Parts: sequence; C-alpha cells; structure tokens
Amino acid sequence: MESTYVNKDEEIDRLINDLKSNGALDYGFHDNINPVYSTGKGLSRQVVEEISEIKKEPDWMRRIRLHAYEIFMSKPVPTWGPDLSGIDWENMTYYSSPDEVKATNWDEVPKEIKDTFEKLGVPEMERKYLAGSIAQYDSEGIYNSLKKEWEDKGVVFMDLDSALKRYPDLVKEYFAKAVPPSDNKFAALNVAVWSGGAFLYVPRGVHVDMPLQTYFRINGEATGQFEHTIVVADEGSSVHYLEGCTAPVYSKDSLHAAIVEYYVMKNAHGRYTSVQNWSKSVYNMPTKRAWVEENGNMEWVGGSLGSKITMIYPSSYLRGRNATTSNLNIALAESGTVKDTGAKAIHMAPNTSSKIIAKSVSLGDGKSIYRGLVRINKDAVNAKSHVQCDALLINDESVSYTMPHDEIYEPTANFTHEATVGKIGTEELTYLRSRGLSEDEASSLIVLGFLDDVMKEIPMEFAVEMNRLVKLEMSKMGAVG
Amino acid sequence: MILEIRNLSASVEDKQILKDVNLKIGGGEIHALMGPNGAGKSTLGNVLIGHPDYKITGGQIILDGKDITYATPEERARAGLFLAFQSPVAVEGVRISTFLRIAYSHLHPDEKIVISEFNKRIKEAMKTVGLDESFISRSVNDGFSGGERKRFEILQMLILKPKMIVLDEIDSGLDVDALRMVAEQLKRYFSRDVGYLIITHYQRILKDIEPQFVHVLVNGTIAMNGDKSLSDKIEENGYDWLKEVA
Repeated sequence: MESTYVNKDEEIDRLINDLKSNGALDYGFHDNINPVYSTGKGLSRQVVEEISEIKKEPDWMRRIRLHAYEIFMSKPVPTWGPDLSGIDWENMTYYSSPDEVKATNWDEVPKEIKDTFEKLGVPEMERKYLAGSIAQYDSEGIYNSLKKEWEDKGVVFMDLDSALKRYPDLVKEYFAKAVPPSDNKFAALNVAVWSGGAFLYVPRGVHVDMPLQTYFRINGEATGQFEHTIVVADEGSSVHYLEGCTAPVYSKDSLHAAIVEYYVMKNAHGRYTSVQNWSKSVYNMPTKRAWVEENGNMEWVGGSLGSKITMIYPSSYLRGRNATTSNLNIALAESGTVKDTGAKAIHMAPNTSSKIIAKSVSLGDGKSIYRGLVRINKDAVNAKSHVQCDALLINDESVSYTMPHDEIYEPTANFTHEATVGKIGTEELTYLRSRGLSEDEASSLIVLGFLDDVMKEIPMEFAVEMNRLVKLEMSKMGAVG
Repeated sequence: MILEIRNLSASVEDKQILKDVNLKIGGGEIHALMGPNGAGKSTLGNVLIGHPDYKITGGQIILDGKDITYATPEERARAGLFLAFQSPVAVEGVRISTFLRIAYSHLHPDEKIVISEFNKRIKEAMKTVGLDESFISRSVNDGFSGGERKRFEILQMLILKPKMIVLDEIDSGLDVDALRMVAEQLKRYFSRDVGYLIITHYQRILKDIEPQFVHVLVNGTIAMNGDKSLSDKIEENGYDWLKEVA
C-alpha cells in the first residue's frame, strides 16, 4: 500500500516531466473548423424540433424534448447561488455539429479534430488505460470504441445518439428518469436540446476492470454543450466511468449543461470520475445523479479545476437497504472563478450510508463554496452519514464558504459533520524552503499535500493533470502571501 | 566553508532580540552556542536560515565570502547551509520521498537522481537514524513523535549533505539512546569540509561530541567565548554568573 503511493508520486513526477519536455500542454487552443450543421444563435421551439429532426429520432424523444423546452422557458434562472446573469442565452449556439462522422477508428476521424484529441492525449490514454472510449466534439460524439472483450460480454458503450438508434427501448427505460427535466432549469435545457453524451450498459454480473471514458471538447465560441449520459450497472456488476473536459479560451462565454444519470442496481458497484478543466469562458452547470438500489455502492470522484462558474452537486439517492455512497470532490477556484460545488445524499432506506469529503483550494480572489444536502428520511433506520469539508485559502483575497444543509427525519440516524478552513502557513513554507525548495514548489507541494487523500483516489492521468494545474497556478501567482 | 556572522542584530515583531552578534565558523570546526532560556539562541537559528518572521536590523551573514544576509531560505540552503529545527513542523500530505528528491535536486543540481537508488539511500539512512523504513512513504513529520522529528532532521542532513550545519536544540526531547545516536552520526558526518554550530541549553550533548569553541549568548549578545572548559564551567555553575559578567 505504502509503496504504491511512493510509486504514484514518482509516476506523476515522471509524467509531468514528459509533458514538459514535449512542450507543456495548453488546452486553450482552438481549431478553425466550420460546423457542418448548426442551429444558429438562440433557442426556440423550432430549434428544438430541428435538433430532433436532424437526429431522426423516435417521436417520444421529440415530445420529451418539447415538454422539457416548456419547463425550461417557465423556470427562472436560479439566483440562490453564484451570479448567472452573464449567460447570454440569445447569442448562444445550442447545436453545432463538426462532422457527420461516427468513427470507430481514430484514422477515420477528420485530421484536425484527430490532432486536437492527440494533443489532449486521448488516444494514448485509450491504448494504455481504457476498456472503451468516446470522444465528443461540440455537440456530437465523433468517435466510439469498446474493446472486443467487453463487447462480447454484452457491455454497451457508445454515444447516446447511436444508442438511441440501436437500443431505443433500453434508452427509453432510463432516459430522464433519475434526472427529470423538472429538476432544474439547466436539466430542462439539457433534455430539450441534448446531443451526444454516453450510454453505458453493463450486464448482470459483469465486472469491467478497466475504466471507460468519454472526453468532451468544446471548440466553438459561445457554444452550448448539452451531452446526456446514462450509465446502468446491472445487478451484481461493477464499472468505472470517467469523463474529462476542456475548451479553448474565448471572449464570449460558452455553456456546459450536462446530465449524468447513473443507475446502480442491486449488489452493483458504480464509480464515476470526472475532471473538468474548462477554460475560464465556460459556465459549467451539470446535473449528476445516481439511483442506488439494495446493497449497491456508488462512488463519485470529481475534480473541478477550470471554468468561470461551476455549480455541481453529484447526488446519490440511496433507494435500497444497505445502499452506500461516497463522494470525493476537489475544487480549485482560480482567480476570477467561482466553484459552487458539493454533494447530495438522500437516504431513503434502512442501513444506508454516505460519506462526503469535499476539499477546496481558493487562489487569488477565487471563491469556493461548499453547498451540500444530506437528507435522511423517516424510516431510514440506522442510516449513517459523514460530511467533511476542508478549505485551503492561498491569498488574503481568497474566499471560502461552507453551506451544508441537513434534513434528518429519522431518530436512529447517525450524522456527523466536520469543516476546516486553513491557510498555507509560514512555518511549513519556511521549512520546505530551508531545504532548497523554491517558494512555488513549496506551496505547490503543500496544496497537493492538502488534496492528497483525494488524489490517491483518482486515476493517474487525472492526478497528473491536477498536479500540473496546481503547479502552474502557483508559478503564475509568484509570491504567495 | 566558512560562516561569518558580523555584528548581527535582529528583531521579531519589533522586539529587538539579537544585538551585535559575532561568530565565525570554519570547516572542520565544532562550535557550541549555549545560553539560558530566552537569550535568543533559537532566534539566531531562524535568522540564519532566513525565516521571514525574523527581521535583520543590522550586520551581515557571510557564507564562503558571499553575503547571504537578505537571501531567501532556499538560496541559503542551496549555498550549503542547513538548519536542524528545534520544533520541525508537520507538512500534511507531502511525502518524504518526494520532498527529499526535490530538495536534493536543488542542492546537487549536477547529479542525476535515479529514483529507486535514491529511495534506497533514504531507507538506509532511516535505519541509521533509527526510523522504520516505512517512514519513506509518510508525510513530512506528520504524526511523528518529538523524537522521530529530531531523527528525521538528522536523516535530512545525511541525505542532503550540507556543509554548514546549525543544530537548534537537537538534544531536546531525546532519550539517552537517541542522543547517543545523534552524536554518533554527527561525528561520523563531520569532516574538514563540514562546520557545526550546536545550539544548546544543556551541556549533555557536548559530552558525546566535543566542541573546540564554546560561545555563550546572554540577552541577545555573545557574553563570553571560550573552549570546552567553558561549557564545563556552565554545567557546574549555571548561567547566572555570566549575567553579571555581561
């Protein structure tokens, strides 16, 4: 166990050096690709109809979209959190397709798009670590692959549009069930204009021992990305699904309003890991929710690094006896950004348990807010929940708030909550510097050390990315004070 | 390597602690700096390493002819200066192996580090100072006892190979066996290129590692310089008689 950690540290250092020697990665670049199809600026009933028509989808889907559109129009922009008045709804492009290709081999992907994903390291990750991979570019999934071994075992993994064509009944059974359009304005928007996202189905008793990943890239300026992802871990199965996201830096803001619906059946184990590193011109407003049935276990692991404003609260509905969930979340609020993140655990059955660990780092005038909900319903006998929120502030202007919301209706429930706020201490910095480390290195190590217990849980390549970003942010800031 | 402290004055939170301190420590020399509580001994250690909370109000610190009075802690470390802290802090989540590797790469930039060999060296040094090998994957001082922290300071010295070493109360909080180990390692590490400044309140460590020079700090000023016999005298008579001299 211990030596694994040492090796992981080394591996991370080594990979970062590799990245450096290959020229440090910069995700802010963009491709000059004209979409083959776009609905143009703005949203209307007609745009929704148009998207449905392009996709030649079943009528039930068209009707759900239109219903969701009505809900979207009727709901006000939420004002209980960060300021969302900057979202330019009229000038947003809601559907933009780069190409009609649905490749299953990287060589079939148009060169410029392929080059982009190469730069992001996606094909390499796929070769090294993944059981399957989807790449989405603006609105469409342009690449799907699943290793034959898993296909043979009945695993389904493809972009949701393709799944809707090939397995319409299966999609219909799960689509917008855990996250209905009535949930919130952004969920309604997603259901109305969704495009892309993944559909992952793991049959009973199948244990997929390598992760499956979707990589989301927004290329267009002022473009919305509204992927809808459904993961079904059928009875007694286990699966780990990953997501990564990046976008170029633009002066006009883009919007990412995804939905993830995760169904963890009886005795199944689901894991979801995402690291979002959107540029600072992206509003990131996803809704992610899991339904966890009897003896099921759901793990959420998330890193929110980039974006202008992120609001994300992955939720677990513990519906069956003994269902458990854990939620580990890291938020890095850089200067000029807001991370309003947290988790929800809804205990609906006896002996359910949840554990939420949220760690945030605020840099410059970055603001991080933990907002969470734990609800233990009456009759969720002996339910257990533990919430821990730790915040680290780097500058005097850095801000952190903790807003837990607890609703405990069951007297036998056991609920605990801990919260800490700290600053990088002079003593720690001086100690590390007195051994020759620069101020940047010392503060990076301290920040990464603060995040360490969560870093151990995330896949290597994401840890590398997190590590690189923290170091980059620290060196950009120069003196820490 | 020569460390020269010239007319050094320093303050903490606007309170003057050190006044015109003069010391010169050369390679192959062992100096002891003694003094009663509150004399400013630990302030000197912190000032020498460049702790930002300590303000130099006058004088100079020269290391091998180079003025490091206002250098950053890392510049001092890279120039070969090492402070074994009196109360080393814990740094949560920063693993010893990573920390030492980065430190070493700065202190010895021309040497290429092979990670597996370097880690082996750390483990061997851990055995030498009486820490379990498993400490290599632990975080810096995190959850260490007082004694383990002191052992880890000595380990860092052995690994990082500094030339001018300031030991701030290395003997405090150590039992007899640990103290003997520390003294033994200090003696083993000692050479013509290495200088020691042993800051201590008590005389006991000086029995195991004998200083050629003994200085006594009282009220922020060097009240007396002498040889080993001075420390013996202090053991016999305490510090009070010096206050009158100073």
